[in-house]
Amino acid sequence: MNGLDRMAAVAATEFRLAFRNRWVLLSTLAFTLFALALAFLGSGPSGALKVDALTLTAASLSTLTVYLVPLMALLVSYDSIAGEIERGTLALVLATPVKRGELVLAKFCGHLAVLTLAIAVGYGIAGLVIAGLNGADPAGLVAWGRLVATAVLLGAVFVALGMMLSGLPRQTGTAAAMAIGAWLVLVVLYDLALLGAVIVDQGGAFTKTIFPALVLANPGDAFRLYNLALIESNAPIAGLDGLAHTLPFPVSSALVVLALWLFAGLAGAWALTRRIRP
Amino acid sequence: MSDAILSVEDLTIRFGAVTAVDGVSLAVAPGERVALLGHNGAGKSTLFKTVLGFLTPAGGRVDVAGSTPGSDAARRAVSYLPEQVVFPKALTGAEVLTYFARLKGVPPEAALPLLETVGIAGAAHRAVGTYSKGMRQRLGLAQALIGAPRLLLLDEPTSGLDPVSRREFYEVLEASARAGTAVLLSSHSLSEIENRIDRIAIMARGALRAEGSLAELSRRAGLPIRIRVEAADGRADAVQARLGGERVNGRSVVLTCRAEEKVGALGRLAELGADVIDVDIALPDLDDVYRHYSAATDEGTVR
Repeated sequence: MNGLDRMAAVAATEFRLAFRNRWVLLSTLAFTLFALALAFLGSGPSGALKVDALTLTAASLSTLTVYLVPLMALLVSYDSIAGEIERGTLALVLATPVKRGELVLAKFCGHLAVLTLAIAVGYGIAGLVIAGLNGADPAGLVAWGRLVATAVLLGAVFVALGMMLSGLPRQTGTAAAMAIGAWLVLVVLYDLALLGAVIVDQGGAFTKTIFPALVLANPGDAFRLYNLALIESNAPIAGLDGLAHTLPFPVSSALVVLALWLFAGLAGAWALTRRIRP
Repeated sequence: MSDAILSVEDLTIRFGAVTAVDGVSLAVAPGERVALLGHNGAGKSTLFKTVLGFLTPAGGRVDVAGSTPGSDAARRAVSYLPEQVVFPKALTGAEVLTYFARLKGVPPEAALPLLETVGIAGAAHRAVGTYSKGMRQRLGLAQALIGAPRLLLLDEPTSGLDPVSRREFYEVLEASARAGTAVLLSSHSLSEIENRIDRIAIMARGALRAEGSLAELSRRAGLPIRIRVEAADGRADAVQARLGGERVNGRSVVLTCRAEEKVGALGRLAELGADVIDVDIALPDLDDVYRHYSAATDEGTVR
């Protein structure tokens, strides 16, 4: 009981700080604006293709989400351990009865609450606007709901990774650099490297066997493949996403990949925090 | 001392090849205020971090309220104020206190009156970012007092405070010591501690150099006491003839003597009657005493 109250105090304080620092407002605005921009840019072809506007935007937004959600998640979490070491509050907190595992999990919950609110409100507003202008069919609503839910799961993975990185250095500056590095590698460079390898391979063994597994192993790609694979397929899909309909694995394996990343991130954050001498 | 809240026995802490704390033994009883003195790098903070369970001893043992440092029971008994702590600027003082009360399992309603105790109740609902350094330090002390801890660990709590804040700080400590809290605080200088501490332990280069009350330490240091005697008009020579010592101006004589000779000297002074107008006794300067012990090298612990 005490442990739960301690965790509630930590999570509530993280949330309150994010709120006071305008983080909640800024990230919500970012999600709303990007989703709306895609909706209006992407609504051109919907008439010709006879695809529901919500479904179409969900497809294109799932690609944008892969970039935006991890970035926001890392930005909200990179400071959580290193920052407290730097400010001297970690020693103070760890002198109280709170356990390190409790602290990591509670901070994770606080950060994830911030991110969930921003995604739900941002994508919710955009979804309402699109549905209000173009109408919505049930499949579109389902696709949109799936997008929001899995975006939160993707966010959870990167909040956990951000906290893990935050447990490595003792300075916030280093933690920030590592967070940006992780984003570049996992979200941008990974896909570029795979595409390069596919081009070099020219449809050989790599492309047929290893490539799909490597794509699925990346949390961002797993998220995108899951969403695209479940969207009825007259929406235009290109690049790596072509794999969405030819994936040699069941679609649900993408969720398993995300869950494994989440678990690994949290376990890593906990293990690194245990080593810290505040 | 078997009833000690904190007992440190022959503690050694190493960081690689560096020995940060070297065979230190120290005990603090309930209601006792002990000051740990030493230069930067003397091992004070390392000792604190070991008592909190953050560091593992290479030798010896530490016992907090009968438990291992860092255990649940030990953490409930101890409160800590680090040397430098920056509370989140966006939170108010009351929110910071509520947060730590909940971490310590104390009802926030019971903790909030502590803002009154440390004198910042008026700023309770202002953001910590607007606080002065003194106010932030007071908030830190309020945080440490939550739940009436059995042992208070304060790492250089008064550095950078103005004299008035410092006095009030020690008054708060005195009140909680009277209520049974054991206080262990560290400081750079002996004069800063004033006379508000029961016992002093001096550390240098990881080892304990001396331990005792201020009077005991002064006596053992054997530093001379200065007695300045102001003689009646034209009687300075007569006074000097009776007492010895040194004439410093037209009418004063300065005697130096050891602590145990003080009473005898005062007795002889009293016999002089009307020849003496005034007497001023200067005990060794506190910083002299501190310098005596912290500079004493490799002579082992002075006990």
